[in-house]
Amino acid sequence: MKKLKQNNLQTLINNDRRRFLKLSGAAIVGSGLLFMTGCSDDDDGPGFEPNPDVFDLGSGNLGILNYAYALEQLEAAFYTRVLDGGYYAGANANEKQIMLDLYNHEVIHREFFKTAISSVVDASQVLPTLEFDFSSVNFDDRASVLGISKVLEDTGVSAYNGAGQLINVGDAAGLTYLGLAGKIVSVEARHASAIRDLLNPGSMDFAGDDILVGLGGTQKAYDKAQLPPEILAAVIATGFVVTPFTANNLPTE
Amino acid sequence: MNFIKILDILSNKDLLNEKGSRRDSFQQFKTVGKGVALASIPFGLAATSSKTKAATTTMAGAAFQASNIDVLNFALTLEYLEQEFYQLGLDSGVIDPADQTVFSTISKHEDSHVQFLLAALGDDAIDKPNFDFTGTPGGLSLDPFNDYPTFMALAQGFEDTGVRAYKGQAGALANDNTLLTYALQIHSVEARHASQVRRMRGEKGWITRNNNTLPDAFSGIYAGEQNLIQGGVDLAGLFGSAGGDNAVTEAFDEPLTMAEVNAIAGVFIVS
Repeated sequence: MKKLKQNNLQTLINNDRRRFLKLSGAAIVGSGLLFMTGCSDDDDGPGFEPNPDVFDLGSGNLGILNYAYALEQLEAAFYTRVLDGGYYAGANANEKQIMLDLYNHEVIHREFFKTAISSVVDASQVLPTLEFDFSSVNFDDRASVLGISKVLEDTGVSAYNGAGQLINVGDAAGLTYLGLAGKIVSVEARHASAIRDLLNPGSMDFAGDDILVGLGGTQKAYDKAQLPPEILAAVIATGFVVTPFTANNLPTE
Repeated sequence: MNFIKILDILSNKDLLNEKGSRRDSFQQFKTVGKGVALASIPFGLAATSSKTKAATTTMAGAAFQASNIDVLNFALTLEYLEQEFYQLGLDSGVIDPADQTVFSTISKHEDSHVQFLLAALGDDAIDKPNFDFTGTPGGLSLDPFNDYPTFMALAQGFEDTGVRAYKGQAGALANDNTLLTYALQIHSVEARHASQVRRMRGEKGWITRNNNTLPDAFSGIYAGEQNLIQGGVDLAGLFGSAGGDNAVTEAFDEPLTMAEVNAIAGVFIVS
């Protein structure tokens, strides 16, 4: 526990302007904030002036945990709204069970991260409860709900796949965190497969060429593994996240 | 970076799409893999190519590098098994025409995984074992290529096992970010497959507790999935309003060790 905090601090101190610039494209999440935090002119010092009003995900393994927590908050909030909507109310038993299960799983993931992060750092370092705006989604419409669900689940898969390499296993709990990412990512992939098959039953879409990539010239048979800047840019693009937060200190390798 | 080189070679359409049967192209692919084995240093394996393995076994760090080869060959064994299983299934005509697209897709993916691992391992790749999908090596007498429910059950078992197998090796690959990421990219695709086959069999796409709807001999595929303690946090009883403990077990997939997976796969391996 103390180790995580210390590591966090050390990484924060080591942050430089290059890292800030590298991540700046996706540094601000949340529609509530439209400007960047300040950037120091001194290449050797801390790379930016932290905005005390905006939460930063943090560095090292803490940053990755908060990053995952943010994504799980988004998913859980989405399915909470789904269960209140007209699509769910009128869905057949099979689809109802799937949406209920997805709600359950994402709420469990969310609460798990909240508990796990809170157990190793001060409350001030735990990502706050985020506010979301789903006004662009028609929760009475099957295609609208399933379409967003598909994007969220596919994004979750890619995000965890990309985050695995960023977890510092030299840190005491690092291997545990990597294991947890593995335990969760396959469930997100199971979700994605189910939603995709609801949208196009019996097709290849459960693991479709529209989402998979090839490796080394082989046929498409691999999920993506995107890094946080790309994932967060996609999250920003949804317009769902209202509460601003920054990701200025996440590991990049 | 040498990895670019291997990508270039693998990307060469002439090598991958050479006329001839699929079996032929596999052979060619394997030859290519062998040719570039020593160039593929970014995989972190070159020092333990079979030619130098004996000389390096006593060196510090050799054990770890050898273990990466072991991990990839372990994965390759499972991919060989899945590849042959689906190919035989597709060839046998046992598959319901309505499910043809799904199994063709899965088959295509397993082909790709085999190709990729062969290229990654180069000289160190093991040969394909002799499989017997009746399960005779494990004392079973299954008939998956004439009995569709059995085919479906084994498909589910192989996919769920694959998910747990890759998951169990993440830690072993943690010191090689490139390999770790590739393994994760395969791992989640196996999970997509597993979910699909499970739902085609009338099950949920996710695993509730350690429920096993396959023959009893395969209970090991789901052993331990009932775990409720994650990252040291006991989640039992905390989610009464979100599906309870059953949902907690569904929300986290569990790993299997290499030995546990080998015991499952061994049922189908003659030699």
